[in-house]
Amino acid sequence: MLNIDDLKVSLEEEEKQIIKGLSLSIKPGEVHAVMGPNGSGKSTLSSVLAGKDGYIIDSGTVNFDGSDLLDAEVEERAALGIFMAFQYPIEIPGVGNMNFLRTALNSQRKTRGQEELNAADFLKLVRGIAKDLEISDEMMKRPVNVGASGGEKKRNEILQMCLLEPRFVILDETDSGLDVDAMKLVSKGVNNFSSSSRSFLVITHYQRLLNYIVPDFVHIMVDGRIVKTGDKTLALHVEETGYKDFLQLGKGKH
Amino acid sequence: MTDNYEVRDVIDKETLSTVKSVGDAYKYGFSTDIETEYAPLGLNEDIVKLISKKNNEPKWMLDWRLKAFNRWKKLKQPDWALLKIPEIDFQDQYYYARPANMKEKPKSLDEVDPKLLETYSKLGIPLTEQKKLAGVIEENPEDKSENRKVAVDAVFDSVSVGTTFKEELKSVGVIFCSISEAIKEYPDLVKKYLGSVVPISDNFFACLNAAVFSDGSFVYIPKGVRCPMELSTYFRINAENTGQFERTLIIADDNSYVSYLEGCTAPQRDESQLHAAVVELVILDQAEIKYSTVQNWFPGDENGVGGIYNFVTKRADCRGKNSKVMWTQVETGSAITWKYPSCVLKGDNSSGEFYSIAITNNMQQADTGTKMIHLGKNTNSRIVSKGISAGKAQNTYRGLVQIGGRSQNSRNFTQCDSLLIGNKCGAHTVPYIEVNNSTARAEHEATTSKVDEDQLFYCMQRGIGEEDAVALIVNGFCKEVLQALPMEFAMEAQKLVAISLEGSVG
Ligand SMILES: Nc1ncnc2c1ncn2[C@@H]1O[C@H](COP(=O)(O)OP(=O)(O)OP(=O)(O)O)[C@@H](O)[C@H]1O
Ligand SMILES: [Mg+2]
Repeated sequence: MLNIDDLKVSLEEEEKQIIKGLSLSIKPGEVHAVMGPNGSGKSTLSSVLAGKDGYIIDSGTVNFDGSDLLDAEVEERAALGIFMAFQYPIEIPGVGNMNFLRTALNSQRKTRGQEELNAADFLKLVRGIAKDLEISDEMMKRPVNVGASGGEKKRNEILQMCLLEPRFVILDETDSGLDVDAMKLVSKGVNNFSSSSRSFLVITHYQRLLNYIVPDFVHIMVDGRIVKTGDKTLALHVEETGYKDFLQLGKGKH
Repeated sequence: MTDNYEVRDVIDKETLSTVKSVGDAYKYGFSTDIETEYAPLGLNEDIVKLISKKNNEPKWMLDWRLKAFNRWKKLKQPDWALLKIPEIDFQDQYYYARPANMKEKPKSLDEVDPKLLETYSKLGIPLTEQKKLAGVIEENPEDKSENRKVAVDAVFDSVSVGTTFKEELKSVGVIFCSISEAIKEYPDLVKKYLGSVVPISDNFFACLNAAVFSDGSFVYIPKGVRCPMELSTYFRINAENTGQFERTLIIADDNSYVSYLEGCTAPQRDESQLHAAVVELVILDQAEIKYSTVQNWFPGDENGVGGIYNFVTKRADCRGKNSKVMWTQVETGSAITWKYPSCVLKGDNSSGEFYSIAITNNMQQADTGTKMIHLGKNTNSRIVSKGISAGKAQNTYRGLVQIGGRSQNSRNFTQCDSLLIGNKCGAHTVPYIEVNNSTARAEHEATTSKVDEDQLFYCMQRGIGEEDAVALIVNGFCKEVLQALPMEFAMEAQKLVAISLEGSVG
């Protein structure tokens, strides 16, 4: 489904390479976890996959379902089924949640040549999802993420995911800032949503999340590269000993 | 969940699909090919007399005009605004133009030239009494506004071509007609109130208007009457090289209420055109007027060629106790906008509100704001201004809040936000606050921000295209003002916000 091959990415503003030769292959239905120290480039990787401005692709390719992903516009990638739950969800004052969600959903449907959803069906759909995630009506009436707590914002990201039904989901530290109950709720949301045709890239600092969302693979990212890949026990190892065993691996490749 | 945001929801959706469907940025740029009769070029006493004669005016009216003209000759064009105004040759303009076949004013809408009717229907303003004003959502059958009526006075160049629902309004005592008709039919009301809010020599442009105004709308709401429908005037400049000088006078007598809408468009031409209007509102005891404008005069092209020069004096006089006025404006058009709808709060407990969206794109310039003059006791005013600049445009908010020595316990709140798109445009805020009473309070808040890249990315990651995302974010920024508009105009305005920002990104 997603093939990243020897990707190198620098910042546009300053001459600084962040992703330094990263390869990763994800098949339909797989859950991949990425762990790594602060500043190792995890969010940069997410942003590059989603198509954010401000980066230069120095070399390498990203292939999604057989086509060149890096060629597509941000909103085209979204319509192809790529969704990124933001580490820091953005506030949009004055734009109601419902309006935002409906505009997004119908834009995607339009891009895919599907008919727009009418108001009644849309409302039913959103209300159902909001209920499962225990997001109140009052929250839904607010402007997008404005005045929401950190945890509420993360839940809102999951709501958007469930509504837009993407095929490839990046969760960038969605667990950070969630209380225990909220984490269970969010994990349940993700697990209910997962299927044999959907894949996940789960970025996290905490092994705990991976007890709920169980990964097929765990990757350790250091200084812009994946330095180690293993199964879910690798996360336990990190939890116990930190990244010191891996830092050397990162440096060795310079 | 209430139905409230679901309705708004539909509006936004429509906004976005409209952005897509509109190929040409200014969709009102067509002109009507119709035989037009002009007054001779230039301005002198004979022209003033001619205009008066064309309207079959009584002598008192002509004298009033001549007095204004003589004052105007001694006035100088103001230069304090933050505007670069190319020199205007007042002798190189036509001051009167009317469709030739309007010589005999049509007695009813059936007699109006089909070409004119077609022009208005193309603009989305049906001059028939069966239909509603344009913009009412056809796709939304549940919409309650389906049965709402809007009466229209249509002003084409220098003349009013027709007014709808006149009879129905008359049955409740509401007078709604062109001002030229009012001068003849209701001289006592006109004599009493014309120029009582904006005096003849108030300012250069108002004075010019007093001398040469050709038509406009007149409204009188009698005591105790709540006007049963929205009233609206639709101004259209068609003739070339012709100034439009309309004058509107609205009187809300004791305990009455009216909501009034004003819309404006003009063809796309290379020559700039002058528009200098005056609007006077008189609000008596316990009465209320809501006045909403969507100004969409041709803004000139992206290089600043052509466009309307819009110099407007609008003022509301809250004479009565507990009287209320609310100005709401959405200014998206014109090459130059010079406009400060004001409230004179004379009556005790009177209140004035001003909600404004001013969007400038490309080479447009706007210097707009309001004046709140507090004279009575316990008077309240509220100003919410949203300025949006894109391209190389310049956008200035200029506002005066003045609280007089006798105005005990009066309050003002001003909020003034500017949004920049790109880095070649400018936004300026020029507040003047004069408080001469220790029991009074004035609060001022101002912000300037940019359309945030992260917000755009967030919207686009969810599948929304860039222009739609900008429209969504800007509409969010303007929300408080859009909510102050009547339903029909809110939709029109949201579309306009999107359309006028086309090409501002990417
Ligand atoms: N726009 C930018 N300007 C400057 N530096 C940047 C920018 N984006 C990323 N960086 C730098 O690139 C490096 C990687 O950042 P990134 O956010 O991808 O790390 P991360 O692995 O997600 O870290 P964390 O675990 O703290 O979320 C950091 O050193 C960061 O400072
Ligand atoms: Mg990160």
